[in-house]
Amino acid sequence: MKRKNYAYPYLFWMTIFAVLPLFLVLLYSLTFKNGLKSGITFSNFVRFFEPIYLEVLLRSINLALISTIICLLLGYPIAYIISKANIKHRNTLILLFLIPMWMNFLLRTYAWMTLLEKNGILNKFLTSIGLGPLNIMYTNSAVVLGMVYNFLPFMVLPIYTVLIKIDRSLIEAANDLGANKIITFIKVTLPLSLPGVISGITMVFMPSVTTFAISRLLGGGQFTLIGNLIEQQFINVGDWNFGSAISIVMMVIILISMGIMNRFDKDKEGVNLW
Amino acid sequence: MVNKVLKRVYTALIYFFLYAPIIILIVFSFNESKSRGSFTGFTFKWYSMLFKDRQIMRAMYYTLLVAVIASAVSTFLGTLAAIGIHNMHRRQKKILLNITYLPVLNPDIVTAISLMVLFIALNLKLGLFTMIISHITFCLPYVVLSVLPKLKQLNPNIYEAALDLGATPSYALRKVIIPEIMPGIISGALLAFTLSVDDFVISFFTTGSGVSNLSITIYSMARRGIKPEINALSTLLFLTVLILLLLINKITNKEEREMSLIEKNK
Amino acid sequence: MKKINKFLAVFLMVLIMLPFTSCSKEEKVTLNVYNWGDYIDESVISEFENKYGIKVNYETFATNEDMYVKIKSGGTAYDVAIPSDYMISKMIKENMLQKIDFSNVPNYKYIDEKFKGLEFDPNNEYSVPYMWGVVGIVYNKKMVSDPVDSWNILWNEKYKKQILMLDSQRESIGVALQKLGYSLNTTDKDKLEQAKQELIKQKPLVLAYVGDEIKDKMISGEAALAVAWAGDAVFMKQQNPDLEFAVPKEGSNLFVDCMVIPKTSKHKKEAEMFINFMFETEIAKKNTEYIGYSTPHKEAYKLLDEETKYDKTAYPDEEVLKRCEVYKDLSDMLKEYDKIWTEVKAAH
Repeated sequence: MKRKNYAYPYLFWMTIFAVLPLFLVLLYSLTFKNGLKSGITFSNFVRFFEPIYLEVLLRSINLALISTIICLLLGYPIAYIISKANIKHRNTLILLFLIPMWMNFLLRTYAWMTLLEKNGILNKFLTSIGLGPLNIMYTNSAVVLGMVYNFLPFMVLPIYTVLIKIDRSLIEAANDLGANKIITFIKVTLPLSLPGVISGITMVFMPSVTTFAISRLLGGGQFTLIGNLIEQQFINVGDWNFGSAISIVMMVIILISMGIMNRFDKDKEGVNLW
Repeated sequence: MVNKVLKRVYTALIYFFLYAPIIILIVFSFNESKSRGSFTGFTFKWYSMLFKDRQIMRAMYYTLLVAVIASAVSTFLGTLAAIGIHNMHRRQKKILLNITYLPVLNPDIVTAISLMVLFIALNLKLGLFTMIISHITFCLPYVVLSVLPKLKQLNPNIYEAALDLGATPSYALRKVIIPEIMPGIISGALLAFTLSVDDFVISFFTTGSGVSNLSITIYSMARRGIKPEINALSTLLFLTVLILLLLINKITNKEEREMSLIEKNK
Repeated sequence: MKKINKFLAVFLMVLIMLPFTSCSKEEKVTLNVYNWGDYIDESVISEFENKYGIKVNYETFATNEDMYVKIKSGGTAYDVAIPSDYMISKMIKENMLQKIDFSNVPNYKYIDEKFKGLEFDPNNEYSVPYMWGVVGIVYNKKMVSDPVDSWNILWNEKYKKQILMLDSQRESIGVALQKLGYSLNTTDKDKLEQAKQELIKQKPLVLAYVGDEIKDKMISGEAALAVAWAGDAVFMKQQNPDLEFAVPKEGSNLFVDCMVIPKTSKHKKEAEMFINFMFETEIAKKNTEYIGYSTPHKEAYKLLDEETKYDKTAYPDEEVLKRCEVYKDLSDMLKEYDKIWTEVKAAH
């Protein structure tokens, strides 16, 4: 039997439970229901392009971009350090990245509040060393912090996986040819780890754009983000049609940006998360 | 030397960032007061009350049950799928990879509601089974995506060599390919388990008939204030997992060290 | 090849068998109860199970809307649910509830007349009030010097960045409407526009729009003023004696959570038994003590300890209740509310 057939159970599963639901969403986004009347319409999409919703979209993308960049800046070095650690510690260090996610999301976020609030632990500490209380809670910084905290593992894991795969002989060769450590990193390690970086960016960016709980809890609900908007449509307003349209637009935007990023990926095999 | 110290400090800071809220949670599981507003005194009472709380204990049971089944099935299906995808032609590969991204791309709430509508259309009664199916669905892509790169890294010649030496394809698969991609499978399984434990939105909308997991229990408690027993439970869970993983890691490390020794001696 | 085929076959079989397994009849009746999290004394459920030999499947939800989507979808078979007022009228309108046979619920006689015949169920056909409370302002006496008797204080510059509002369309727009002297259930676009302007004006003063964290925030003194439910206020006052609760003179919202029987229920009789059981005086008392919200049960109220009974937060005077309005279902106007809320949130 050809090995490619191994993918068919998966294909079957995903067709039923992932593709079919997606068609449902598409169907909702293209229809309307007004009392007893219902029919096909583009109005849900048109409505999304009203300035107020566009502003929500821009704000979400902006916050998600900032979080993604910070995740990358924080995550790459740590992935690099871990990949260079000796094999005994390596696995433990990586596992330690996943374990915090076993504590329920809501509990973790509440714990952050205890840390960040006006009379919170962080401020007590800062005041005691004379740095004065900082106003972090309920600002955009708190939202970004929440996103970075929750999505950092998704940046570190793929970069780490790629880094440990890099053929050491390439780096040795560069060294033999006279490149110093920095040049070797820029010319050899960094380009080779690019697939990991790209998957990391996608894995962090996607959930950051659509998250709603983080902005509501840490941002004090001051701003509606696209995730909140979608949730409101489905749950509070019951306008599944508009909610579906927003998520289809989101999906298209993400797919396009992934496509663009993919151009930097030499391994042209569609997107490559890990 | 400076470099090394810098690395150490940086690593310590990152892990401190990851674990600061966890420490807070653990501390507050011993807090006398029900509120997280202030620490009023040390107590073990939440731990003893925890085991008497029927609802929490049942939720705990369902959480683990669903996570184990979902991660096992998705690891199995996902690994097979990754092997299949790896051996496909470019076009087919691209289609399958794109399908793989669908659940990752959709906001949770959309996945949740569309799955719920689908189950009802299929005339499935919402409950444990539908919840497991949903969890498998959102875990699968992560497994596929963690196994695939390991396959890419695999030297195609070793499989051919095994066949040349008379192994049947399935024997070669079990004895040659699977062991080689094991790290990818393990990390996929771990990720699947983690995601399953932490999910609320999809679980909520795809369950029914009295089945609910810890996330649902915790979120629904929010209006009235989350019971401190939950902090106690999380602390226990966390410590168990930490100890377990460190133990497992010690064992696998030993094996890996031996393996690397063998490799070096080659 | 064989292995994969076998696997596929099993997989397909499982999928095909599913609908049948779900139809299998159970011998013993199982009652599916759908409630807010931590909103019942669980020992009461065990007592019911032991007394009647009926198993109770207890499930929880976080918001009225979540519950509505689940029941509306039709994939579930809840026998008893506990939504709030406006949601009940919505569910009645959409034909999602069964009429309760009150001859099976004799304990209904204990319910205070004040909570009967309210707008969401004017003829008392579908619902039995479970718990109630009013919305008001919780404030920290140490931080607020002015008298708190009006919603206007939430617009007072003095308390800039010390005010917590609720992150909920209905509640926050309702506060603005009442400040302006309009009804909570306004559907007049001009009035709603004014309310929107008020909320935008207030936004720079607001520390955060929060949900359930409000309790922790007020207890730890993070904010001076907050919009809150009476039941939570009772708890906050216990935890921090500096806190006080007031119902503004312009009026406020009265909420009533009631037990109802959804159309999807297949065990109406047992559901009525359960509801009736919950309103046995002793049971209602026990339950009220556990939850800490206000009970509409006349006899159970009498049995509460003195302190709770005369607590004006939990059991405000008749005169205060008269000022309060119950939410109505807004149907399509909800979209308008949603848009206003999005605009308020988008304002700088």
